[in-house]
Amino acid sequence: MAGAAVRGRLNWLAAGATQFIDETPRVRSIVLDCHDWPGHLPGQHIDLRLTAEDGYQAQRSYSIAAPAEGDRVIITVELVDDGEVSPFLIEDLRVGDRIEIRGPIGGYFVWEPTRGGPLQLIGGGSGVVPLMAMLRASVRSRSDAPVRYLSSARAYEDLIYRAELETVASEESGVEVVHTLTRNHPPNWTGPTRRVDREMLAEHVWPPAVSPLCYVCGPTGFVESVATTLVELGHSPERVKTERFGPSGGVRR
Amino acid sequence: MSFVTRGFRGRRRLEGPPGRVPPGQYVTTDFPVLSAGPTPRVQLEEWSFTVTDAGGDTLEWTWSEFTSLPTETVTVDIHCVTKWSKLDTTWEGVSLDTLFARVGSPGSHALFHSYGGYTTNLPVEDITGGKAWVAFRYEGEPLASEHGGPARLLVPHLYFWKSAKWVRGVVVSDSDRPGFWESYGYHNYGDPWREQRYAGD
Repeated sequence: MAGAAVRGRLNWLAAGATQFIDETPRVRSIVLDCHDWPGHLPGQHIDLRLTAEDGYQAQRSYSIAAPAEGDRVIITVELVDDGEVSPFLIEDLRVGDRIEIRGPIGGYFVWEPTRGGPLQLIGGGSGVVPLMAMLRASVRSRSDAPVRYLSSARAYEDLIYRAELETVASEESGVEVVHTLTRNHPPNWTGPTRRVDREMLAEHVWPPAVSPLCYVCGPTGFVESVATTLVELGHSPERVKTERFGPSGGVRR
Repeated sequence: MSFVTRGFRGRRRLEGPPGRVPPGQYVTTDFPVLSAGPTPRVQLEEWSFTVTDAGGDTLEWTWSEFTSLPTETVTVDIHCVTKWSKLDTTWEGVSLDTLFARVGSPGSHALFHSYGGYTTNLPVEDITGGKAWVAFRYEGEPLASEHGGPARLLVPHLYFWKSAKWVRGVVVSDSDRPGFWESYGYHNYGDPWREQRYAGD
């Protein structure tokens, strides 16, 4: 695991926007081209920096949405109401614009095919981004590790990577995808329609007996509840890795 | 060398009072939660805190013993490496000075251990002299488990990952060993005013 550690200085690098993918009405993926990018592991994130003409700078962290592939770094950004950086990235950034990034950052919430499985991915809202990097790495490497992907979103339109997930689930025998829609769902929806709870985790997550590697990412309340319930169901805490996501980590209690 | 991003002006929201917000940080009013695994649930009757000195001698306090020690209430700003800062947070806890007053050989470096397996390392001079506490109350209430309760380390002058949640003890010695995030590429010291986020910063 220490092999994932980042060594040496992480310099700021110029990255140009080459493509945008509108994932949902509030979520956009941004494909960046970064010449000296050192590569990364699925689950890692970057720091991103914007500089205004008067020198004012803003920095934020974003998970990387796809495994390493040359100079390409893909992030997926959710619009934060009253945000400072996400509205710019979603509404103002154009193809050819340059920003600064540095990374990769984080070496614990990572999965690569050599880690094996079964792999259990559980995401809430935009918390699915680092999980998608893991799933894409699994598919791309034709990993033997079977994968289950459980995500929670408010509505069908809010499902990030929906079309790709449908394709992967239908074409890859080792991948199972389940979405739960907590607020609105289409009339013909056959999946679950409630928040992720104990019954849903017991039904759709690999059983503790097969010792899955579980990765949980989402807003604070989601991660707290899912991780706690997984341990109650018998999963070893050492096999449950968590990461918080969202505007600034979640609600205050 | 940084360069201007076309069209970015910045909203400078909640910039904070001068001198209070380190470079690269923004002020938040909520209290984000960050942790690498499930929140450990520690029963108070099973909780203890130990200090092991450089000579290998260990002192141990139960929850009732620990919370009977003299406490201090401090109001401080906290800075998370993920970029948020939170101003004027009020904590109650036991100063590390109080704990170390009973220890024979303090050594030069400290490695804190938590329930759940987390560790973090700090120089002893950064946790003595009124700079660090083991806190068990936040804003007048018992510290919630997702924020590190029953008790967490509070070292507000360093990035907040150094303020280990769910602490159970500290081992001091004359050698510096990296803790959890320090082994994953985060800075060994973590001064927010020098923006020491990652190794090499």
